[in-house]
Amino acid sequence: MLGYIVRRVLLIIPTMLVISIVVFLVIQLPPGDYANTLMSTMQDSGMDSFGFEALRKQYGLDQPLHVQYGRWVWGIVTAGDFGYSFKWSVPVSQLIWDRLGLSVLVSLSALVLTWCIALPIGIYAAARKYTVGDYLASFIGFAGLAVPNFLLALLIMYAAFSIFGMSVGGLFSAEYVNAPWSFAKIADLMSHIWIPALVVGLGGTASLIRIMRANLLDELGKPYVVTARAKGLGETRLLLKYPLRLALNPFVSSLAWVLPGLVSGETIVSIVLSLPTTGPLLLDALIAQDMYLAGSIILMLSVLTIVGTLISDILLAVLDPRVRYA
Amino acid sequence: MLDAIPDARTVERLKRKRERYLAAGQWTLIWRRFRRHTLGLIGGAIAVLIYLIAIFAEFLAPTTLEDYTAAYRFAPPMPLEIVHVGADGAWQWGLHTHPLVPTVDKVKMRRTLAPDPRKLVPVGFFVPGEPYRFWGLFPTDIHLIGTSDPKVPLMLLGSDRLGRDLLSRIIYGARISLSIGLFGVAISFALGVVIGGISGYLGGVTDNLIQRLVEILDSIPSVPLWIGLAAIIPLTLAPELVYFLITLILALIGWTGLARVVRGRFLALKSEEFISAARLDGASPLRIIMHHMVPSFMSHIIAALSLAIPGMILAETALSYLGIGLRPPVVSWGVLLQDAQNIRTIVEAPWLLLPGVAVVITVLALNFFGDGLRDAADPYSS
Repeated sequence: MLGYIVRRVLLIIPTMLVISIVVFLVIQLPPGDYANTLMSTMQDSGMDSFGFEALRKQYGLDQPLHVQYGRWVWGIVTAGDFGYSFKWSVPVSQLIWDRLGLSVLVSLSALVLTWCIALPIGIYAAARKYTVGDYLASFIGFAGLAVPNFLLALLIMYAAFSIFGMSVGGLFSAEYVNAPWSFAKIADLMSHIWIPALVVGLGGTASLIRIMRANLLDELGKPYVVTARAKGLGETRLLLKYPLRLALNPFVSSLAWVLPGLVSGETIVSIVLSLPTTGPLLLDALIAQDMYLAGSIILMLSVLTIVGTLISDILLAVLDPRVRYA
Repeated sequence: MLDAIPDARTVERLKRKRERYLAAGQWTLIWRRFRRHTLGLIGGAIAVLIYLIAIFAEFLAPTTLEDYTAAYRFAPPMPLEIVHVGADGAWQWGLHTHPLVPTVDKVKMRRTLAPDPRKLVPVGFFVPGEPYRFWGLFPTDIHLIGTSDPKVPLMLLGSDRLGRDLLSRIIYGARISLSIGLFGVAISFALGVVIGGISGYLGGVTDNLIQRLVEILDSIPSVPLWIGLAAIIPLTLAPELVYFLITLILALIGWTGLARVVRGRFLALKSEEFISAARLDGASPLRIIMHHMVPSFMSHIIAALSLAIPGMILAETALSYLGIGLRPPVVSWGVLLQDAQNIRTIVEAPWLLLPGVAVVITVLALNFFGDGLRDAADPYSS
């Protein structure tokens, strides 16, 4: 068990290295840098090109790529320093942690909601195979897969506005946006978070319902189920006692590929619903070529996804001994 | 459990059926199995229909992309009626619509367009309208459907803020949205087959390295990366180049799934007896791959491809909606949805969300189709 965990944790290091290189290349690819962006917006404010050269030097933008990359990664690893946001004129680390926290919160809520929806529906669909309910479940699942989540967000906004006359954007009511954290603020957050969580999670439920249904169906045909039924075990207990527990393993391992999807969905939905999470900040930063901010957000989203995957792998190993020795 | 011993005729009939089954080729078997998948069949039919609409867009659209009617800005969908009951109670038959006239909504206190119930404009099929070049080649002005009065446009799904017909734009948008899915999948396919093939055929260290790379790429959330790559594209670039680059971006991130399928099939087939036989016969690796392996996993590849297209369409729509994918004057479903950015516009003109319906129908149809194909891809399994 310990060996498995150590191996799994060690594998993270090359993964993070590759991801950080990919991310750095992506944010470096645009021609020009922030100084150019600044130059084009402040052309007539009297700042001459000499000033921009000085700026470039100050931020290390005149250095070769690998030096810039090395400095960036070294700063993050040793000092938690993600670089400097040119647009906001503050260190990146000041900007992203609050928003990352909320991103994680929305994604996790979406995950919990996905499970709460997919688990019972999947069990129902398997237990009542080929009934109207089964077909309805797969149809809803497929519909969730086919509706782009930004469209779903728009629809919910539209419905909320035209039917209830309320606006659903954001994560907080106006009076709590700048308020310090308190129980009232948390309660306010909880009353807002379910909409983005539902929107983000719905896409993932489809595949989870299908996985749950297929796994449970596989188990239900096995001899031990027949034996248990022959011995007179009630249908509900029969279902929940053994087959369900076995069918749950793939459910846990599905976290590994559900998580990147959730984070992706959260990014888009948060832009549409203008949530105070990383999505809108990332889009802004990319458009303004605020490279350290954009890169740090992409990097941290990826890292958090990988950590989530790691946790799911370890959970699975705890649940299912076969995984540890594979 | 047999109720009765079957008579000789039945035995003979079943025997012939069995022989036909055993003699049938792979593709016949796949088709037979696919035919039983009702949802897959329906999905396939709808997908074909949508692709046909995209191909014949100029003719099917009531008007051209550039055409606009200034008096019909934010026009609601116009009604299409067969029978008109006049003020005197007399019934008047014939396909028609009502021209829109400005009215003041007294509750919301704003001007809107509403059909004028007193005026009729006949609607016909194969009527002359805006001139266009069919497939950019043949000049003509015949549209499938249109009004007989050139001053009254036919806006069955309403219009946008410039008074352009939404239905026509959705039909033209199908071209871009669908083709980007096809091209994107084609590029991913090339990448996936080459990389997955190398990985599966060579095995060992190469396989291990490639698989780790695929795993890493899969663990990065794709949307932030997509946004990052799409933001690189300069705003001033020609629309065709933007289209090409967006397709490339979608493909660069989407190939991993296909590579997995190809590698899996390679590994599964490598130990099959007919492959060993070919190798012992002295066939070259290329010949083994092209002549023996590819035909037997082609169906799996096609299924994986058709399941990859909807993802590409959704990704393009999302990117364009965020304003960093395709941009006007290129018209795709995502570009059309850009008009529905803020809640005020949506409340005033909810029909601007209709391009989203086109996306949903297409993605659903392709998903069902791909699902059916995947089930049918291996006709020899039980």
